[in-house]
Amino acid sequence: MGEITPEDLERLCWLSRLRLSQEEKEEFLGQLNKILDYFRRIEEVDVEHVPPTYHVVDLTNVLREDEVEEPRPDEVLELAPRRKGRYILAPRII
Amino acid sequence: MGGEAGEERIKIGLEIHCQLTNLRTKLFCGCPADYRGSPPNTHICPICMGLPGTLPSPNKRAIEDGVAVAIALNSEISRRMTFFRKNYFYPDLPKNFQISQYDGGGGVPLARGGYLDIEGGKRIRIRRIQIEEDPAKLVHEGTIGDSAATLVDNNRAGVALLEIVTEPDIEDPREARAFLEKLRGILECLGVSNGELEGAMRCDANISIGGGTRVEIKNISSFKEVERALAFEITRQRQLLARGIGVRRETRHWDEVRRITVSLRAKEEEEDYRYFPEPDIVPIEISEDFIESVRRRMPELPDQRKERYMREFGLQEHNAELISSNNALWRLFEECVKMGGDPIEVSNWLVGDLISFTRELGMELTDPRVSPRKIVELVNLIRSGAISTKIAKDVLMESLRGDESPEEIVRRRGLLKISDESLLRGIVEEVFRENEGAVKEALRDEDVVNFLIGQVMRKTRGKADPKLTYELVKRNLERIAHGEGPSA
Amino acid sequence: MTPKTAIDARDELAGGASVEEYVLSLLERIRERDRTINSFITVCEASAIEAAKALDRKRGRGEKLGPLFGIPVAVKDNICTIGIRTTCGSRMLENFVPPYDATVIKRIKEADAIVIGKTNMDEFAMGSSTENSYFGPTRNPLDPTRVPGGSSGGSAAAVAGGFAPLALGADTGGSIRCPASFCSIVGLKPTYGAVSRYGLISYANSLEQIGPMASNVDDCELLFNVIRGYDPRDNTSLPQGRIEAKEGKLRIGVPKEFFMEGVQEAVGVHVRKFLDKMSGVFEIGEISLPSLAYALPAYYIIAMSEASSNLARYDGIRYGLRGEDGGDWNETYCNNRGIGFGREVKRRIILGTFALSAGYRNRYYIRAQKIRTLIREDLGRAFKEFDLIAGPTMPVLPFKIGEKLDPLEIYMCDIETVPANLAGTPAISIPCGMANGLPVGLQLMAPPFGEGLLFRAGRIIEELA
Ligand SMILES: [Zn+2]
Repeated sequence: MGEITPEDLERLCWLSRLRLSQEEKEEFLGQLNKILDYFRRIEEVDVEHVPPTYHVVDLTNVLREDEVEEPRPDEVLELAPRRKGRYILAPRII
Repeated sequence: MGGEAGEERIKIGLEIHCQLTNLRTKLFCGCPADYRGSPPNTHICPICMGLPGTLPSPNKRAIEDGVAVAIALNSEISRRMTFFRKNYFYPDLPKNFQISQYDGGGGVPLARGGYLDIEGGKRIRIRRIQIEEDPAKLVHEGTIGDSAATLVDNNRAGVALLEIVTEPDIEDPREARAFLEKLRGILECLGVSNGELEGAMRCDANISIGGGTRVEIKNISSFKEVERALAFEITRQRQLLARGIGVRRETRHWDEVRRITVSLRAKEEEEDYRYFPEPDIVPIEISEDFIESVRRRMPELPDQRKERYMREFGLQEHNAELISSNNALWRLFEECVKMGGDPIEVSNWLVGDLISFTRELGMELTDPRVSPRKIVELVNLIRSGAISTKIAKDVLMESLRGDESPEEIVRRRGLLKISDESLLRGIVEEVFRENEGAVKEALRDEDVVNFLIGQVMRKTRGKADPKLTYELVKRNLERIAHGEGPSA
Repeated sequence: MTPKTAIDARDELAGGASVEEYVLSLLERIRERDRTINSFITVCEASAIEAAKALDRKRGRGEKLGPLFGIPVAVKDNICTIGIRTTCGSRMLENFVPPYDATVIKRIKEADAIVIGKTNMDEFAMGSSTENSYFGPTRNPLDPTRVPGGSSGGSAAAVAGGFAPLALGADTGGSIRCPASFCSIVGLKPTYGAVSRYGLISYANSLEQIGPMASNVDDCELLFNVIRGYDPRDNTSLPQGRIEAKEGKLRIGVPKEFFMEGVQEAVGVHVRKFLDKMSGVFEIGEISLPSLAYALPAYYIIAMSEASSNLARYDGIRYGLRGEDGGDWNETYCNNRGIGFGREVKRRIILGTFALSAGYRNRYYIRAQKIRTLIREDLGRAFKEFDLIAGPTMPVLPFKIGEKLDPLEIYMCDIETVPANLAGTPAISIPCGMANGLPVGLQLMAPPFGEGLLFRAGRIIEELA
């Protein structure tokens, strides 16, 4: 039995809002567990006292001045597939 | 279930989101942050809409504002803070993650710890302060229950928010409101957030009774509503406990219209926000020099001002507290003192009648008709003995209604106090002649003395100097008691 | 005109040859041959001709001409181009037309280059063969039965196929160097922060860089010099830096780990032989960097984690594919994403979500970031001793289309290239001859801002090959 169970897969799909076909689910389960088995190789290394590296650049404090850049909203708004007036139409929330 | 009803303790913690309304732009893009009153989706750009390929650029002034608030709340400012992604899907999140901060897992929020003392000296501890982006505004067609679609306005999306989380130190709904009002005063004083603006300050609350289950209440839009929502929730939980039903751990929604909290539909799954450091923003180091430069630019805070008013002007704590925590009030107070008004008298008028009169008239304290000159004139008129306190109240009310100053009103209406003894003596004698029965009674009954004084006041339409009137009435009664005639 | 290099082309065009005619000749070639190769998702015929005419007029006015004057550039389709659809190889963005140019596009336009088309790629850059594209696989111009490598396979094929002298790719774990190696061209992954990422559609932000691809080292350097440089729109952008090596022979370290796991014998033998050939011109020494054995899993965990979050924005509401609305918002989102994304994208989103989720974060995501520290330190130590590090770019020779079906097997192709991304160091792939009649690339890595060293060594290797 792999680390990801069919129930886990359902939950992961829910968390990432992905609908999988039955065929995809069957195909993925084995593949994902095989990949995870390989990933767990990193457990061989002792990293207890090693700090993580989240950024490879040693930069800090790259900040922007509080100055307005006039937006051109219409060219962004026009990308939305469904609109009502100037609103973007999203599906209903229960 | 533990604890008797008598010793149940209420613990309330607040999570406040305040927009940094003084910023010209949003937190991560150059869109104008002042979106109120603009048509939907006019303050949007590729960055705040989360378009593919765009990257966030943090606003320097947002960090400065956050540091100022942290200083004011006595919090410990992090030397190196990081932005984290909070991952969850919702139609108000353009990227389906929020750039926020995280306390734990390598994340460092802007500040931790701190406190705020509310009236009566009670201390509410702060847990943390962090910076994050505001989600978009959703408008539901019809009601939330039967709406066919949701309308999204992204003007608000990406506006800088400060999240302030308290420890559960608050013990009743009134305290919660007092805390929020005090906090709002501080934010306004610092000039970082104008709490008057709709939606600029929002609040979630969590509450538990007698060490029981913690319930969260979301969607509280104003401080008045916080007090109401908490009061409702306490009643609801007590009723459950009284019936032996356990309180469920859940998130409830405050329905402002029906004035009840309602359970949000049970989530299919517990949220898992999968926090991790925002790869597109490098860490921000906050140096001692930076903190000092912010501190130097900070105005006097309400608590500092209160201390100074007590020390310098001898104000009572109650007055000092009230005045110093209200921006309009302390500005008015300081103007009055500068113009030579007696600080204590001025403070009494501001805290007492001025607040209630303006409320009665539906006026803001910032209304130009509420001028310091009017207050100072009024105080001086009383002090010089020109008018009585009672008349002064009328004069103030009338002055607030229009443009006339108290002196002008007193002059026009002839309201100067009658303190001319010979004039007043004639009126007293007239009253004695007209009320012979009462005079006899007054010789035995002190209460009736007041009736006679009242008659004098009526004849003079309140202008008689009360002290002098009292003396003249007493003197006449003594003479009668000694068998002399009523007049000298 | 049939120039051999981009520099030759620029010089001829600046000297008076018609930019319009040159562009038309390339468009003609694309029409004829790209039906088979499929290197382009979008060919910008009209806008390229228009831009060419404008450049001809510019030269006619006697204005100062840019360093890329008249050069058509093939641009990977995850780099945003104003008014030109940018699909990322995905059905999700099939009709997405960005209202802005990526910073690199602004720069090449300012340098008088022409965007000739948008190139095919593995969907969202997730792949090493350009087989995972919604727009069909790209074929290797050297052998159309084989893959061109990926994920910037379209860009590499466009250069190798003679459709454009220069191309822009993007490299998250080898996506420039892999196809450069398979198509026998030169491809550079720059120092992290050297080239602005603004406008590059994110797959794994902390690892990726846009980089130049060309048929030779000089052309590659030419394009790099145009796109590099600080950009205030990218928070991780670095001010321009440069490091120089000492006079004399460059010292090259060859980690033995680069010849171990998963390396085809033909590749290993060929590269060893080539390194021997190099030893007269370079000072070559063997080293061991034990942490490299963990680079691949660490890389994939980090890349998938970041991807799972980066790709959350594609819900079909603000832009992109929106299917039928059904039920509430959750169902609509699941549906849009279910039909908009291909299988490899879904697999990586699921694994990334898993690696970040409560209870697994420490075991996968954070541990991988710690391994990253070790790799950075190991490489840092190696660069104290050596100017450059070398090895094969790819552990395998270009394989047949459809030959590799197992995801993990494809991931293993990145084993040589991911360390540079984890450490943020620059790395280049340079053709170093043929094995079994198929191209082999040599990878050189340098310390941050060591691109100059890579080009210097690359020119020597070009001579040797
Ligand atoms: Zn914006």
